[in-house]
Amino acid sequence: MATASFISLSQLPVGASAILRDFPKAGTAFLRLREMGLLAGTSLTLVRTAPMGDPIEIKVRGYHLTLRKSEADHIMVEPSA
Amino acid sequence: MALPAHISATAAGANSRQPVYALVGNPNCGKSTLFNALTGLKQKVGNYPGVTVEKKVGTAYSQHGQPITVIDLPGTYSLAARSPDEAVTRDVLLGRRADTAQPDRILCIVDATNLERNLYLVHQILDLGRPVILVLNMMDLATRAGLEIRVDQLEKLLGIPVIACEALYQRGLIELKLAMSRADLPLARHAWTVPAAIAPAVSEIAAALVEGDRKSPLVARAEALLLLTDQDSVRVAGSTPLSPRTTEILRAWQSRWTQEGTDWAGTLVSSRYDAIGALAAEVVQLRTEVGPSASDKIDAIATHALWGWVVLGAVMTLLFFSIFTLAETPMNWIDGHVAALSDTIKSAMSPGDLRDLITDGAIGGVGGVLVFLPQILILFFFIGLLESTGYMARAAFIMDRLMSRVGLNGKSFIPMLSSYACAIPGIMATRTIEDPKDRLVTILVAPLMSCSARLPVYLLMIAALVPGERVPVFTKVGIMLFMYGLGTAGAFFFAWLFKRTLLKGEPPLMIMELPPYRLPGFKDVALHMLERAWIFVRRAGTVILGISIILWFLSAYPKAPEGATPTAQLAQSFAGRAGHAIEPLIKPIGFDWQIGIGLISSFAAREVFVSTMGVVFNAESSAENTAPLRTALLSAKWPDGRALFTPLVCFTLMIFYVFAMQCMSTIAVVKRETNGWKWPIFQTLYMTGTAWILSFMVYQGGRALGF
Repeated sequence: MATASFISLSQLPVGASAILRDFPKAGTAFLRLREMGLLAGTSLTLVRTAPMGDPIEIKVRGYHLTLRKSEADHIMVEPSA
Repeated sequence: MALPAHISATAAGANSRQPVYALVGNPNCGKSTLFNALTGLKQKVGNYPGVTVEKKVGTAYSQHGQPITVIDLPGTYSLAARSPDEAVTRDVLLGRRADTAQPDRILCIVDATNLERNLYLVHQILDLGRPVILVLNMMDLATRAGLEIRVDQLEKLLGIPVIACEALYQRGLIELKLAMSRADLPLARHAWTVPAAIAPAVSEIAAALVEGDRKSPLVARAEALLLLTDQDSVRVAGSTPLSPRTTEILRAWQSRWTQEGTDWAGTLVSSRYDAIGALAAEVVQLRTEVGPSASDKIDAIATHALWGWVVLGAVMTLLFFSIFTLAETPMNWIDGHVAALSDTIKSAMSPGDLRDLITDGAIGGVGGVLVFLPQILILFFFIGLLESTGYMARAAFIMDRLMSRVGLNGKSFIPMLSSYACAIPGIMATRTIEDPKDRLVTILVAPLMSCSARLPVYLLMIAALVPGERVPVFTKVGIMLFMYGLGTAGAFFFAWLFKRTLLKGEPPLMIMELPPYRLPGFKDVALHMLERAWIFVRRAGTVILGISIILWFLSAYPKAPEGATPTAQLAQSFAGRAGHAIEPLIKPIGFDWQIGIGLISSFAAREVFVSTMGVVFNAESSAENTAPLRTALLSAKWPDGRALFTPLVCFTLMIFYVFAMQCMSTIAVVKRETNGWKWPIFQTLYMTGTAWILSFMVYQGGRALGF
């Protein structure tokens, strides 16, 4: 599996599902996202973006979570077929 | 054990100490509802000393009438605390707070529809080595979502009592109370293997914590795990700094792992989720695949690119419509009864200072607080409703982008919006903002939003500014909207400025759960509303009462000669002299000493300006009919014969009221919410300073232009 097929979460189209692959190790935001269940191998769906394009809403482990694009930019995902 | 553990147990012995339970859980899992259901009205709401985090302690009664103390801890997703609220939860559970004894037992509530993420906190709490009871709340919603949860299996796997419950409908409470009153509660059987790469570090750090920091062995392991989960060890240690030896060991492990490329925090979190995943696989089954939930359908509209704004606009319009129309009748009623009471006392007592002190000082002051109560109650009710239904999170989601322009996040939106009605509920609603700096910035700028107490001042000034009966309504509305817009722009400008200078911090995050929409628990909303209103009455009420009595004294003494008119009395009173004293300060912005008296009296509440002007200029007026006062104002003159209330002065006075901090109740509440006098004093100075500078520019600029 080539790293080239990974895109950032903020590039994922609305409605698409993906598997989380890579994640910055440091930073309060990413620690909290991890603790809320976003881990390598976790599958998620981009539900929608807010009316002004940011933040985004994802569905992960059966619940809905918002995060800003500035964080989503650093989260690498592999889109599911 | 033949029977499920929580049924076979006996009740706690009568001579045993009253057990103390801590209630913990994720946000939005129904924790407050359960707390209210368990304790009813037997609650004590206060503050944890040193931080502005609400402390709620209540008493529940077992089936045998034994009292059980329950501490409702702030909701959190993890013990790795990020906000002051979450830090309180962590510190109480770890027995670090001197003001709160470490709870004997822990009541963990989870949202059954979302077991995996909720179990993460439970998993951390099981590390604490205390007896835990797990409450699976919202079982009805889990069933509706097509989930089947095998409660007995979960109980077997964890080895602790697991109670299925629907707190909103009081279901499962008897079973829960039976479990809570058990004399013996088993410790969790659930064994969790710390990943091999990290296990030696955990034992080494735990040992150092026991030796160097005098932690009990049970807590030490949990603390060691926490230190390794959050990379910011200072934040984890909080108010109890680590001993040098522990810090040294921690640093040594961290640098070793960094060299090896081990992501220790990530490994710990992942291994917890692996353990939880294995549990969930045995316990939760998706029985039926259900289509998009009701929440999904609502959100397709409520957060839609176009309809989302329409819904938000409609909700906010409804909110303000209710505040200004529904509140009117009770406000008039209160006003009428306060006046009637005052009149009764006036006719019953012989004239004199004591009578005036009671009627004009005390009753007038209390009335001044009570009259705002209907608005504040409605506002708190709506805020509670928006929170308990889940719409609050959507409003924050929609508004986040706009708020981020000034460096805040979407959660500041509702507090700022509420401040259009009254800054006090707005400031009290800032507790949902996690980041302390963002919260402080929101508190500092909230009173710039034009509150309803400014409205009578605006109305009077507009009436004086554009006299005549046939002034187009658009002119009046236009001036009014300009003032509201100016305050809003000011609030955003100062938020932007403070976030860049004084309270610089990381850009706020918007990591927020969008909980499913739920029917509101009206009992919880009502309780929340009454609690908040009581805080308002206590904090603001006492301040306003005191200020009213002082203001009464200032205007009643020293006495004018017998038979003087109220106007003459006020003119030579302390208040009148104070007006004269500040005249040099306010003359450059076009105000004389008589307006000065009005400015001073506004500290009780801004709308008092109107009644003070009535006394100063000897004109009877009421909120409904400002015509006599308007006429009196327009005939007021400076000693040299120039008109006092020129259109420019009226306009400048409105600008001054937009920005100046003149509300003692707000100052009192800001002091409470920021835990000291520093910020309310700063706020008063920056707001009033801005008011003066802008008024000066407008007045002098206007004069130069020939107005």
